[in-house]
Amino acid sequence: MINLFRQKLEDGEFVVTAEVGPPKGADLRKMREHIEMLVDMVDALNVTDNQSSVMRYPSIGGCLDIIKAGGTPILQMTCRDRNRMALESDLLFAASLGIQNVLALTGDAVTVGDHPQAKPVFDLDSTQLIDVMNHLSQGVDISGNKLGGEKSYYPDFYPGAIVTPEALPLEPQLMKFDKKVNIGAKFFQTQAIYDLDTFRNFMDYARQFDVRILAGIVLLTSTGMAKYMNRNVPGIVVPQGLIDELYSAGKEREFEVGVAIAGRMIRTIWEEKLADGVHIMAIGRESAIPSILKAAGVKGQKVS
Amino acid sequence: MRSITKSKDHEEILESLNEFHKLYLIGCGTCATMCRTGGVEEVVDMSTLLKQKGKEIVGWTVIPTACDVLSHEIMKEEKVKLSQAEAILEMSCGFGNQQIARGTSLPVLPANDTVSMSIEYPEGTYTSACMQCGECLLGATASVCPMVICPKTMCNGPCGGTDNGMCEVDKNKDCAWTLIYNKLKDQDRLDELKKYQPPKNYQHALKPVPFLLHGL
Repeated sequence: MINLFRQKLEDGEFVVTAEVGPPKGADLRKMREHIEMLVDMVDALNVTDNQSSVMRYPSIGGCLDIIKAGGTPILQMTCRDRNRMALESDLLFAASLGIQNVLALTGDAVTVGDHPQAKPVFDLDSTQLIDVMNHLSQGVDISGNKLGGEKSYYPDFYPGAIVTPEALPLEPQLMKFDKKVNIGAKFFQTQAIYDLDTFRNFMDYARQFDVRILAGIVLLTSTGMAKYMNRNVPGIVVPQGLIDELYSAGKEREFEVGVAIAGRMIRTIWEEKLADGVHIMAIGRESAIPSILKAAGVKGQKVS
Repeated sequence: MRSITKSKDHEEILESLNEFHKLYLIGCGTCATMCRTGGVEEVVDMSTLLKQKGKEIVGWTVIPTACDVLSHEIMKEEKVKLSQAEAILEMSCGFGNQQIARGTSLPVLPANDTVSMSIEYPEGTYTSACMQCGECLLGATASVCPMVICPKTMCNGPCGGTDNGMCEVDKNKDCAWTLIYNKLKDQDRLDELKKYQPPKNYQHALKPVPFLLHGL
């Protein structure tokens, strides 16, 4: 199975990825509609893993649907809900489906979600999960046991991780970024960025490493949302200029302006080669992604 | 070290004592006294309450340190009164409960919930400090324990949820890894943070095997 996402990144071509969230239940129709809608305009599609600690249909199920639709999945995997053994088993399953792209995440705290009394696992953190992936790709598990079967059946993961360019303080995040690079992360999708100058500073630092970085673009749907994110979401700073732009559009047009802002940012990143690609997150508003890409004048492509 | 306890709700305690009429109460003179969940005053108050609810209190004592083996000596001294009891209500902690239970065949019911092993910091308040992981790494983390202070027990922190040095789980709580970063920076030991911490060995923490402390 061709991994166009990996190929394009390794060849230095600009990539576009987006994210789909699975449903809270087994009715997969909406998710499949989103996949159908997005699959030929992005180079790969992430599927989230119990995002925000809300229990949902599993990420790997979403990845299966992406494969069926002819697209390239990026399996998001958190360390919150499964110990190292379960994570390894799931990675083997992913490998058997031909999934190579895996985004390793530590995971949101259990308490912020809808099962706040659940036992948090966190047997591993995201850096260790990348280590696990590389071990499995070499035919050995994290406990040092050899995998069985022929070498051609060993997983061949393309491990990814996240980074928060606008974290405060920034230095500890950069140190962790270094660790993730050293342990073998090959690509990064960033937390949402809004200030391109801050992002440029981050990229000045990041460019010393041979890794690919996709700038995270989160659609702002309203002034209220922009203010909310500023106050409540760690590592996201929406500049006053953008808040003003949304506000002056008025309630009826602010969504449209949000789409234009996202499109404009993607365009700038593409034109100035500020990153190796973009990762679009439009949580709950996946149907807006085609408009964002149209506004940006940029898109990806599906495999088959 | 302090075993931090909070009192269970009276409804819960009474529910657990449903089938028992004659009770012996045991408090503890160390942590539970300090937490006001099992000192003399609390034991006397509990005795009064239980009598109002129709229970008979056949006796009570506050053991200096309930988790110590010496508890058994005190329980032997109280043998006569204990023989009249149908159950013991202990007002100590999880450690005290289990030690007391080793010295009797009576049911030993807890009046308290043990919340954490803490240190006093700052004065008068207590901070959860140790979860007995068996692999102390406080040297590498400038004495800030990521197993306790980080809700994700991260070994390679911080996570992406930290904001201005505060924790994703509670904005009023310090982020363990930002604390560690700041302290290591002050000590000029940031190299510790550059080291990759491999997956932890949880075997020490979770294996409930009694072990013999050497020399005793």
